[in-house]
Amino acid sequence: MSASLSENKEVILETKDLNVFYGEKQAIHSISMQVKKGTVAALIGPSGCGKSTFLRSLNRMNDFVASAKVNGDVFYKGQNLYSKKADPVEIRSQIGMVFQKPNPFPKSIYKNIIWGPKINGFTGDMDLLVEKSLKRAALWGEVKDRLHDSAFDLSGGQQQRLCIARTIAMNPDVILMDEPCSALDPRSTQAIEDLISELKRRYTIIIVTHNMQQAGRISDETYFFHEGHLIESGDTKMIFTKPSVQMTEDYITGRFG
Amino acid sequence: MNSFKNIFIGRSIHLLLILSVSITILTTLAVIVLLGKESFEFFKEVSIISFLFGTKWSPLIAPHSFGVLPLVCGTMWIVFGAVLFAVPTGLLVAVYLSEYASDKVKSFLKPVLELLAGIPTVVYGYFALTFITPLMKWFNPEIEVFNAASGALVVGIMILPMIASLCDDAFTAVPRSIKEGGYALGANTFEVIKDILIPATKSRIGAATILAVSRAIGETMAVTLAAGATARLTADPFGSVQTMTAYIVQVTMGDAPAGGVEYLSSFAVGTLLFIMTLVMNIIGNQWIFKSRMRIV
Amino acid sequence: MSKTNDSLTGVINLGNLDSKPSIDAKRKAKRKMYDKLFYRFCQGTIFFALVTLVVLVVHILMSGLSWISLDFFTNFTSRFAERAGIKAAIFGSLWVLFLTASFAIPLGVSAAIFLEEYAPKKLWVQWVQINIGNLAGMPSIVYGLVGLAVFVRYFNFERSLLAGSLTLTLLILPIIIISSQEAIKAVPLSLREAAYALGANKWQVVFLQVLPAALPGILTGVILSISRAIGETAPLIVIGALSFVAFTPTNIWDEFTVLPIQIYNWASKPQAEFHELAAAAIIILLVLLFAMNFLAIYLRQKYQRYKL
Repeated sequence: MSASLSENKEVILETKDLNVFYGEKQAIHSISMQVKKGTVAALIGPSGCGKSTFLRSLNRMNDFVASAKVNGDVFYKGQNLYSKKADPVEIRSQIGMVFQKPNPFPKSIYKNIIWGPKINGFTGDMDLLVEKSLKRAALWGEVKDRLHDSAFDLSGGQQQRLCIARTIAMNPDVILMDEPCSALDPRSTQAIEDLISELKRRYTIIIVTHNMQQAGRISDETYFFHEGHLIESGDTKMIFTKPSVQMTEDYITGRFG
Repeated sequence: MNSFKNIFIGRSIHLLLILSVSITILTTLAVIVLLGKESFEFFKEVSIISFLFGTKWSPLIAPHSFGVLPLVCGTMWIVFGAVLFAVPTGLLVAVYLSEYASDKVKSFLKPVLELLAGIPTVVYGYFALTFITPLMKWFNPEIEVFNAASGALVVGIMILPMIASLCDDAFTAVPRSIKEGGYALGANTFEVIKDILIPATKSRIGAATILAVSRAIGETMAVTLAAGATARLTADPFGSVQTMTAYIVQVTMGDAPAGGVEYLSSFAVGTLLFIMTLVMNIIGNQWIFKSRMRIV
Repeated sequence: MSKTNDSLTGVINLGNLDSKPSIDAKRKAKRKMYDKLFYRFCQGTIFFALVTLVVLVVHILMSGLSWISLDFFTNFTSRFAERAGIKAAIFGSLWVLFLTASFAIPLGVSAAIFLEEYAPKKLWVQWVQINIGNLAGMPSIVYGLVGLAVFVRYFNFERSLLAGSLTLTLLILPIIIISSQEAIKAVPLSLREAAYALGANKWQVVFLQVLPAALPGILTGVILSISRAIGETAPLIVIGALSFVAFTPTNIWDEFTVLPIQIYNWASKPQAEFHELAAAAIIILLVLLFAMNFLAIYLRQKYQRYKL
């Protein structure tokens, strides 16, 4: 996708002066950024740079970390996720998340997928929903004959695709992915990467990765984080070929990491 | 370097340690041999069939009759009532501890639960007799002074901390990531608890229930004080009953002569008690062990 | 296959965050209500448990406090409530505490050390471990029957302090073993490796490094187990400890009574004043037990370097 094309798109997610603290320690320093609809945005940076923390503040998952405090604003389709009126439960039903390690529920494959829609009041055809979600997650062929087996019987890569499928089943606008391939072997990683390029036509994807090649392969925009600061952001090709900040270049060329 | 002295110390220590462990094996052997031997003596005089299936228990007053079912009935009333009260309550306490309580609240509540668990059973018996029973009688004066319901309730309070802590262990063993997966799909806390946490831990909750039943069966002083000493098959939980444990206390307090049939009957009842609790403990511990092997 | 047409027809449309009135609004409100209700319900349960504890303590204090005087400690029990005291029971309990601790602690801790540090990974060790777990769950009254048959009758210790303490030793041994094992398990492997790397041999590593490191955890478990023994009634009744004792024991062969038996005895009398005496004795017992519990919790929170 070319840079000029994404220029015209509407902004779906935006942060303004976002700070996150763990107790006394500040993990995220005043980050302002915009993600446009239908793009794949990659957050890169050395480990401990705050990219996961940042990602988790985009769907209020940091609410579960007792010591975490967020101030600043996150706008989703123009509405502030941290305003008093915002309901975190509802936010998460529209901004899905895929985690670092596959975390299927200890239930059947089928039930893993329908659980989210069910609690959110989906009354349509469950079988169809399962089939379509699994097809989109490129898992249907492998599991169509054993939908009622435990999700734990699947391989790691399959489990992760199941987690993506169950996120897709909610029909979210945005999918956040927190290093979704870090616990997987190269073949499963390949499958997930293919899947992401497939998915970006429908969903906005924000992906944290420690793997720069991966970021280069799949993303349209890249955001480079370092010690809780957003150092540089822009079109992925630009960042990887002509970064404007020295630190970005040092990181990308492997001088630190 | 290993001097002769060091080797000698090492060997002696090893030997002493093995001796200590063997005490536990000896205890088990003693339990099995002694309960077996005395029960064997008992069953020379009373047939096993009439013991296990007899419906009249009158060991001290002629005509003697040794049908254990009335005692089992008394015990079952206690177990039923205690579990009915303690399992849901303990489960909710555990849910609160693991899902809602802040670290600060937890560091207060956990010691309180331990304290509750550390109160001796005779104290609970006193509490049932002088507080719970009068309270029940205030609602309904018909209720007897010694009754199964009061004993059951107090045994329920006693086993609550145990159930709560077993369930809490089970809940904390569920990986955080699985719960987060639920929240990320737009579930609220209640939905995560109901649809993810509890189903994922159901075998350990079951195990906790079985272990609680076993504890309630073996409970002695509280029921001896509160539930009475009337061995009878009854459908009325508000009347006096006698449990297996309360019978053993009654006989041994009465100074029954060693070798007499009353003396032996306490061992027969003890054997039954031992087998019932052993079977439940084995099942319960096995379930917990197995579920620990799995991911959740 | 044309994937662009493969839209998820019928998939939930959750609408915007500014929830305009829709069919969903009712559902959302209901979900929220359940969530809140359940939370309140859990809170209520906790509150109920705390209230129960408070009611129990207050009830006992109100009944028994006025009976506690110096005479209460220096008198033996009596047929007349106003002359009755707990001198024999206090001495009996302290004797039992001391004797049981001196039998059970060395045995229990050594067994735990063996199982954690020395035992080969063999099937019989697993069986021993399962056996200990089952012993820990055996009803206390069954221990009473064992004590009666073994110590009282077979060894002819009669209804002595020795017979009672040995019975209670068997009762708390499995608990001490299990809790000490947990404490030893919590000591990290790296500490052992560090000691071995300095040329220490096995017993030096275990007794000079691992054991001191595990000590706070072991002590906590030991104190809680001993306090369990102090509160036990049933096994001592079964082995025939007396309830009417008008002397203090002077050696391990003497007959005895303990606080819980005294409480049971008074509580099972029909007269209200004896119930109040029982409450007074309970206060003394609970003060003793709570003090031990607090000590255990304090030790754990203050000195435990390796969390379980």
